This record gives sequence, structure tokens and C-alpha cells, in this order.
Amino acid sequence: MKKILINFAHPAKSRSNINIALRNAVKDIEDLTINDLYANYPDFMIDVKREQLLCERHDIIIFQHPLYWYSTPAIIKEWLDLVLEHDWAYGSKGKALEGKLFFQAITAGGDASTYQKDGYNEFTLKELTAPLRATAKLCNLSWLPPFAVTGVHRGLAKGKVENYSAEYRRTLIALRDSSLDINKLQQQETLNDNTPITVSK
Amino acid sequence: MEAFLLQFFIFLAASAISVPIAKKLGLGSVLGYLMAGIVIGPFGASLIHDLEEIMHFTEFGVVMMLFLVGLELKPAMLWQLKIPIVGFGGMQVVITSLLICCIAYILLPWQQAIAIGLILSLSSTAIVLQTLQEKGKMKTEAGQSIFAVLLFQDLAVIPMLAILPLLATLSTSGGAHHDSVLFDISVLPNHIQILVTISAIAFVLIAGKFACKPIFRAIAKTGVREIFVAAALGLVIGTSLLMMMVGLSPALGAFLAGVVLADSEFRHELESDIEPFKGLLLGIFFISIGASLNLSLISNKLALILGLTCGLIAIKALVLVVVSKVFNISYAERGLFAIALAQGGEFAFVLFQLAKSSGVLPIDVIEPLISAVAISMFLAPVMFVIHEKTSQKPGEEQKEETKDIIEKGEHNVILAGFGRLGTDVGRFLISAGIKPIILDHNASNVSILRKLGFEVYYGDATRLDLLESAGAATAELLIITLGDTESTKQLVELAKKHYPQLKIVVNANDREAVFEFMDLNIASIYRETFGTALNIGQSAMKQLGIDPYEVHRLKNIFHKKDVDMMPELYKQRSEEENYISLYQKHHEHLEELMKLDNNENLISLDKAWTAKNPEL
Repeated sequence: MKKILINFAHPAKSRSNINIALRNAVKDIEDLTINDLYANYPDFMIDVKREQLLCERHDIIIFQHPLYWYSTPAIIKEWLDLVLEHDWAYGSKGKALEGKLFFQAITAGGDASTYQKDGYNEFTLKELTAPLRATAKLCNLSWLPPFAVTGVHRGLAKGKVENYSAEYRRTLIALRDSSLDINKLQQQETLNDNTPITVSK
Repeated sequence: MEAFLLQFFIFLAASAISVPIAKKLGLGSVLGYLMAGIVIGPFGASLIHDLEEIMHFTEFGVVMMLFLVGLELKPAMLWQLKIPIVGFGGMQVVITSLLICCIAYILLPWQQAIAIGLILSLSSTAIVLQTLQEKGKMKTEAGQSIFAVLLFQDLAVIPMLAILPLLATLSTSGGAHHDSVLFDISVLPNHIQILVTISAIAFVLIAGKFACKPIFRAIAKTGVREIFVAAALGLVIGTSLLMMMVGLSPALGAFLAGVVLADSEFRHELESDIEPFKGLLLGIFFISIGASLNLSLISNKLALILGLTCGLIAIKALVLVVVSKVFNISYAERGLFAIALAQGGEFAFVLFQLAKSSGVLPIDVIEPLISAVAISMFLAPVMFVIHEKTSQKPGEEQKEETKDIIEKGEHNVILAGFGRLGTDVGRFLISAGIKPIILDHNASNVSILRKLGFEVYYGDATRLDLLESAGAATAELLIITLGDTESTKQLVELAKKHYPQLKIVVNANDREAVFEFMDLNIASIYRETFGTALNIGQSAMKQLGIDPYEVHRLKNIFHKKDVDMMPELYKQRSEEENYISLYQKHHEHLEELMKLDNNENLISLDKAWTAKNPEL
């Protein structure tokens, strides 16, 4: 079983519905750690040693956050700037993250149809998350497309939130138990709609 | 003198023994007092005399209780309760009186039947409120409804006192009217009587609103505590006297005075000053009720009196169930509402006395009825206990599911000390929508801050009774910004002992104070000058032209190191002699650390914020 680390970033949790629902849906999964960045570092004074240790102790690293300006909340950028040190994350001796799975779990305001080449936002979510994909590549992480909840600005019906939560939970458990085809997943636009493989481990 | 002291001693000793026993058995203090009364009364050990006089004097406890109840009720809240008061109360009194009157009419002339109906419709304010408060049920739906009915009953006593003598059919034996000591209002013509009565009420309201605060403020400034107590007692007694003079119930007057002062900053101080007197008087009052149970009469006419008691409780409970249905009190609370008010009240003793002296009721009618009322009062706390035992289970489990994010307004915070530091703490909390209950010992401070809209109360926060009335039992957090190490320690010890649920945050003057608070096992300790020192340092470095963001990070690192160093320093402190040198060592250590971290940090900053690989 793989160990999962969720680096959770939401600067206004009291006003978040979906991120909290997603988080609550997975928080009791065995071998899963939730690291709430804004709660741990309200002053952005990220404890680099602690964060590096957390990454080293887990096999799957997830950044769960709302999509802000087609990117992450500020603290994730700060985290990347400080934690991904040379000789630890990258460089000839930097192999700490090698082979770990990495993806983003994002909530986006527009509908899925707006994140298309001919849609309102002109780029797909896979394209918009390219900087982190490049970062992952440099750090020898095994990148997966984002798990995406779209259309949150209009507000999601309760049933839909429950569906997304259940899917998120199912996906995390499947990844933990290595029952998904990673190569196939990497071809997908998003991590949603994955189907477990029946091949033995 | 000796005889008086002996009587007093017997009362005190009886309560000191019986109340803890009753409480231990889960029966509540009222039942304890009543049993003590039976034991030391004429049918027990026969240790006390002049029962009637004692009862009369200690009835004043009821007056004080209503003053305290008034203090808890702001005028706006009272206005909100107007429908329950008139609706529940009016309906209960009218229907109960009518029903009892009809039953009594079978055996007695109509005048006597009406008198009995009126007298028995009343319930016991003293027992019920005391029990509700003890069980923390005052704020529940049933508690509020019960209180509304009791308030109406207290008001209804006034016209009853006026009507009763008109029902007289028997020749009177003694002086029917009790003369006022100071001034007899009944010598005046009717319209002037009304005018005097109204102006007395107006006087209480206006004086309470405008005159009391400056007077209390002046007294508070003297800092002599017993004078404040004297003034508080004087206020209650004076109001009562005035009300009695104009023929109104003193309890009503005290209640009004309480309501008027509910908005004032002295509310908690007044509450905690009057509370012990109330408790003592009420206790003795309950004892005298217990002692007045005429056991030989009861055993002679056992069937009759038991029948009367059961009938009384059954009729009253029935009416209360009807009232609660009409006014849609939630199903779960109906039971409490019905059993809480099903007993006779202490006003029945007063009214029966009046009925006897003014020739309304013959003695052989009164005696069994008084016994029935007394027994029903005795049963009231028992019924509370039974109700509690039987109704506990279903409601309990629903509480489990708590909300994830609590509304900020619901937080219950006490801020002790509103000086230089506390003021800013309070402002900050209030700006975030958290309204602390603020306690301060400086009267002029308090009045200014109240003008600015803070909820500040005058008083010494290291007093347990004041903490209690500020709601420490239900509060979540206590912030101590007294600025004085000794008082802070005292307050912490008090709070830890009596309110173990309270989280505590304290302000410490200096490092030594921090250690003393660490001795008391407090986790959240803040040195009052530390934050400012760092800010000044930060400003200084910025003035020197050092990069502002770098300074910001240096400040945060310094802060963290200081916090990290504290426990270690604390551990070594026990060897007092080593302390100074150790401190110096640590200081050097800190410097080392600072330098080290500086470099470390700058390197890591370079790594993080420059786009090139430092190896290249």
C-alpha cells in the first residue's frame, strides 16, 4: 500500500464548500496524511525541513486546492520555491522525490466546456497545469493529470458534490492500492472517469 | 443575643449538614433544606421557635431572588417575553383558579371557594427558580415559559391581596390590615393612591436608570468592597420598602430595579454581592417551610390531606398541559413545564394568613390546605428529580453531530483586565465578531469603555463569584491581561480548579512571570513587550536600509527560536543558581543560532528565489 500526502491549500476554508467536502470524504483513508498549508503556516514561514520529511515519507503527493487565476493559491508557489531545494528535489544528487506519484486535485469555477480550445478559457485544464507538470518532470516525479471539479461558481447541487467526493475517495484508494494503470491515466485529460484495472499487482 | 445566635447556629448547622447530603443523593439543595426543617422543627428535634416570624423575615430571600432574576433580564428581553408572561401566566392562573373554585364550591360558600381558587393557583417561585437554576434549565424553552408564568403569578399576588378582604364573610378576630411602618397609603383618596403608586414605580425606573450608575461608580472608586455590598443591599431593601409603602409587592419592585440595572456595568458585581444573602435567606426560608409542616395534623387527617395534595398537583399539572398545548410548547419540554409548576407556592402562606385575619376562611379549612400546599412544595423537587431521571435518554444522543465551523458570535470568551494591553486584545476580538465578556477593576475605565460600546463589567476578576456570574461555567476561553503576576496566578488557579473546561491565555510581564505560569501548566503565555520589541527591531533594520522582506523573515525566525528555547530554559530553572549564567549561555546560543540561521536562511533564499542552480 502506498502512502498518500495531501498538501491542502485553501486560504478561506470557512467559505469553501467543495474543497472541505472533498477533504472530509478522504480524511479517514488509511495511510493518508492531510497537511493543511494555510493552517500550518499562516505567516508563510514554511518549515522546509518538515515539508521535505513529509514528502520523503509518502509515495503519492497531491496538491488539493481551488484554481486561482489558472494557477495555485499563493502558498503553494511559496512551498515550491522553498521546499524544492537543489540537491534534494532536483540536480544530480536530488533524488528525494524520484518515482513518487504527483497530481493536483483542483476545483475550477467554469464549466468543463469552458476549459477547451474553443471554449471561453481557450486552454484545457491539462494545459493550464503544465508548469507543475514541468516541475514534476524536473523533480523526477511521476505526473498524473489533475482530478478536476468544474463549474463551482454556479454552485453544485448536493448530489453532484457527493458524486465528486465519492469519486475522489475511490480514486485515492485505487491509487494507494496500485490498482490503476498509470500509463493510461497519463494519457487522460483528467484523473476523473478512471476505471480500475483487474490485473493482479 | 445568645438565644438568637443559638437559633442562627441551628439553622446554619442544619443546612450545612443536610444540603451536602441531599446534593450527594442528587436531590437538589431545596429538598435538603426542607428535610433539615422537618428534623429541627417542632415535630422533629424541636430546636427552633418563632417559626412564623422567621418565615416572614426570610421571605425577603424571594425578593432578592427576583432582583437577581431581573438583573439577568435586559428590558428588551423582558419585552420579548410579554406574550408568554400574559398568555401562559394569565391562562394558567385564570383556569386553575376557576377549576379549583368550582370544586371547592361543592362544599363551601362561593366567597371561600373563590379565595381558595385564587390562593392555590400560585406556584412556588422560590423552589422552582432555585431548582431550575441549579439544574441549568433557565435558558431552555420550558425554563423561559416557567419563568414567564411565575412572573405573572408574582404580579397577580397584588390584586389578590386587594380582593381577598372583600370576600370576608366571617367576623374578624384581629386587625385585618397590616399597618405600614412609615406611611399608610390607604388614608389617601383613591385617585391620589393610584398617582402615588405610579410615581413610585416611575421613581424606581428613573432612579435605576440615571441615579444608580453614578452612585455605584463613586462607591466603586473608593475601592472599599463592603460599602459596595452595603449599597447593593440598600438598593434592594429600599426598593422593597418603597413598594410596600404604596401597597405593591416588594418582589415586583426588586424585579423592576433588577431589570433597570441589567444594562449597567455593575451587573455582575451586584449579582455576586447579593447572591450569598439571597442563598442564605432562601435556605432558611425553605427550612422554616419544612419546620412548619404540622405533622400531627397530617397524621390525624392523613387521607384528607393526601387527597388534597394529589388533587392540587393533578389539577395544576392538567391545566399546565393544556396551556402548553395551546401555546405550542415543544412536546419534549411539556413534561418539565407541567410538573415544574404543579405545586402550591409560598405566597399561599401569606394569603392564607390574610384570609384568616380578615375573616375570609375559617381555620379548619385553612389548616389542611396549608399542609397540602407545604407537602406539594416538598414534592416539587422530588418531581424534578423523577422527571430528570425519566426523560434523560432520548434527547442526549442528538447532540453528537456538532457543526464543523462554529459561528464566531457563539464563542464564549472572558477577558479579564482591560488596561493598556487588554483594550487592544478586546478591540481585535470584537473586530472579528467575537464579543468577549470583559472584567475590569477600574471603575472610571469601565464607564468610558461602556460609552464606546464595549460590554465591560466592573469587578475583581480574581473573585470566584464574579467569574461565575460572568459565565465562566459555560465559557470556552479565558484571556488574562491583568498585568499583575500575583493576581494572574490567583485567577489561573481559581479557573483551573473550578472551570477545568476553560482554555487559558495569559499575558506575562517578563520572563520570570512566564516561568511562574509554566509552573501552573499553561500553554499559551505571551510576554507583553515581546511583540513590540520585534516590531521595533524590524522597523530599525528597515530604517538601516536592510531589505524589508528579509527583515520580516529574520523577525519570524527570531520569534520561533525564542519560543523553541523557552521549555529548555524552564527545565534548567529549577537550579536557581545556574539560572543567570544559563540565561547568558542561552543568549549567546541564541546569537549563534541567529547567525547560523541567518546564513542558512539566506542560502536557502538564494536557492529558492534565484533562477539559477547554485552549483553552476
